[in-house]
Amino acid sequence: MRFAFPAARAKAKLCRWSLSNDVVFEAVDFSYGKSVVLSQFSWRVESGKFTALLGPNGAGKSTVFNLIAGLIVPAAGEVRVGGLSLKSDPLALRRTIGVVFQQASLDNELTVAQNLRYFAGLHGIALSDEEQSQALQRLDLLDHVNKPVASLSGGLKRRVEIVRALLHQPKVLIMDEPTAGLDLPSKNIITDYAHELAEQGVSVIWITHLLDEIVDQDAVVIMREGRIEQQGTLESLGGVEALRAAFGSEGRLAL
Amino acid sequence: MMLALKVIIWRELLRFWHQRERFFAALVRPLVWLFIFGAGFRAALGLSIIPPYETYIRYETYIAPGLCAMIILFNSLQSSLSMVYDREMGSMRLLLTAPLPRWWILLAKLVASATVSLVQCIVFLLIALACDVRLPAHGLLWVTPAVILVALMLGSFGLFLSSMITKLQNFAGVMNFVIFPMFFASTALYPLWRIQENAPALANIVQYNPFTYAVELIRFALYAKFDGTSFVVVLLAFAACFALANWGYNRSAHQRKFR
Repeated sequence: MRFAFPAARAKAKLCRWSLSNDVVFEAVDFSYGKSVVLSQFSWRVESGKFTALLGPNGAGKSTVFNLIAGLIVPAAGEVRVGGLSLKSDPLALRRTIGVVFQQASLDNELTVAQNLRYFAGLHGIALSDEEQSQALQRLDLLDHVNKPVASLSGGLKRRVEIVRALLHQPKVLIMDEPTAGLDLPSKNIITDYAHELAEQGVSVIWITHLLDEIVDQDAVVIMREGRIEQQGTLESLGGVEALRAAFGSEGRLAL
Repeated sequence: MMLALKVIIWRELLRFWHQRERFFAALVRPLVWLFIFGAGFRAALGLSIIPPYETYIRYETYIAPGLCAMIILFNSLQSSLSMVYDREMGSMRLLLTAPLPRWWILLAKLVASATVSLVQCIVFLLIALACDVRLPAHGLLWVTPAVILVALMLGSFGLFLSSMITKLQNFAGVMNFVIFPMFFASTALYPLWRIQENAPALANIVQYNPFTYAVELIRFALYAKFDGTSFVVVLLAFAACFALANWGYNRSAHQRKFR
């Protein structure tokens, strides 16, 4: 084995990771009390791709989501995004992550514009009117800018949440079941936009139960009981029909 | 980080504005104490001249600083209650994904809550002055830093409690077990010497209750006087509670389930 001083090793490691915006899990352990969720979990999400993370309830998807979002820290192991460590550089790491929660997290008492300005302020960005308009235009929300969030439909709220998550121009966008409970047109708008973002170089991690939201070129990762059971492009795994036949019914994963 | 502080305070004031009924409800409670309880007890409770007073005072004048502290206590714990609610409803999670240290997020929440407490206390004191409760008018200026420090102390205490609580329902119980004993076992409604005369055991508790020192800090500040002991106790209690709250919220990152 080749010897290297710890500092040099760390630097070499940092340089290796910082070449990309990959999300990397290295032998991560995490437990809720006595219940072990992840044990020696390792995973690498390639940058600039749409990666669908699938699995039944209790597979550990939400824990992976919370770790990437920086809401929890691993008991052992390391989570890195673009070379930044969740343990040693959590604030810089959070600047690179955009998060869309499964549950609504907009402030219903505020308007769309106020919600955006609040979030931008938390990230140290004084959002100008022009920047705000540009951001809203991407998901066709300009007409709703001064409406209270409480008056918006579920689909519109979810679109506002996506716009909000992108205000600080993150390198990674992680979304937890972003289309849950939405009608088909809203669902299509959101899945199409997420794929567009991946084409523009944003690493999109899409947590879902639904197979019909994934296209052939997407990376698919199937988790069960805290470990990765299968991964590859949807095409390499045999497509939606093969996954459906193997694991699910009615387009949902039921592993 | 300063912009983040600004938007968190702005959000808290906006929430306060949207919930104006909460503001009036928070004022009704101490005003009932001041004008009904105060009038009833005026005859029953004799007061001697004790610092910071230089002459005999009416009972309403005596309890006004304690009622200010009560306003802060309720507002601080209610603001912490909103943290439990926010955590359950998702907006707290959003705050925790911001690139800000957790202690800064907690401090920003505390400053925001202290700003609201200050507005409530000033309005309460103005009403008291207008209704012939004799207080030095310049005291309003001196009481401002005291109110802010007390609000930071009680807010930190509330944050620590909220970090330990996983369910919103549990918080209501803690409010009852914490607010009332804390308020009644203090010098908010009766001076220490009266308690020492009638219930020495309770007097010991009152002397060890940091809320007593919060009340006294406000009482002295209203008369443009500085009570060093109260200041030190309130400052130390703030530091200790803030450290505990910070520890509590960091600890939750290692074991709490975020839905």
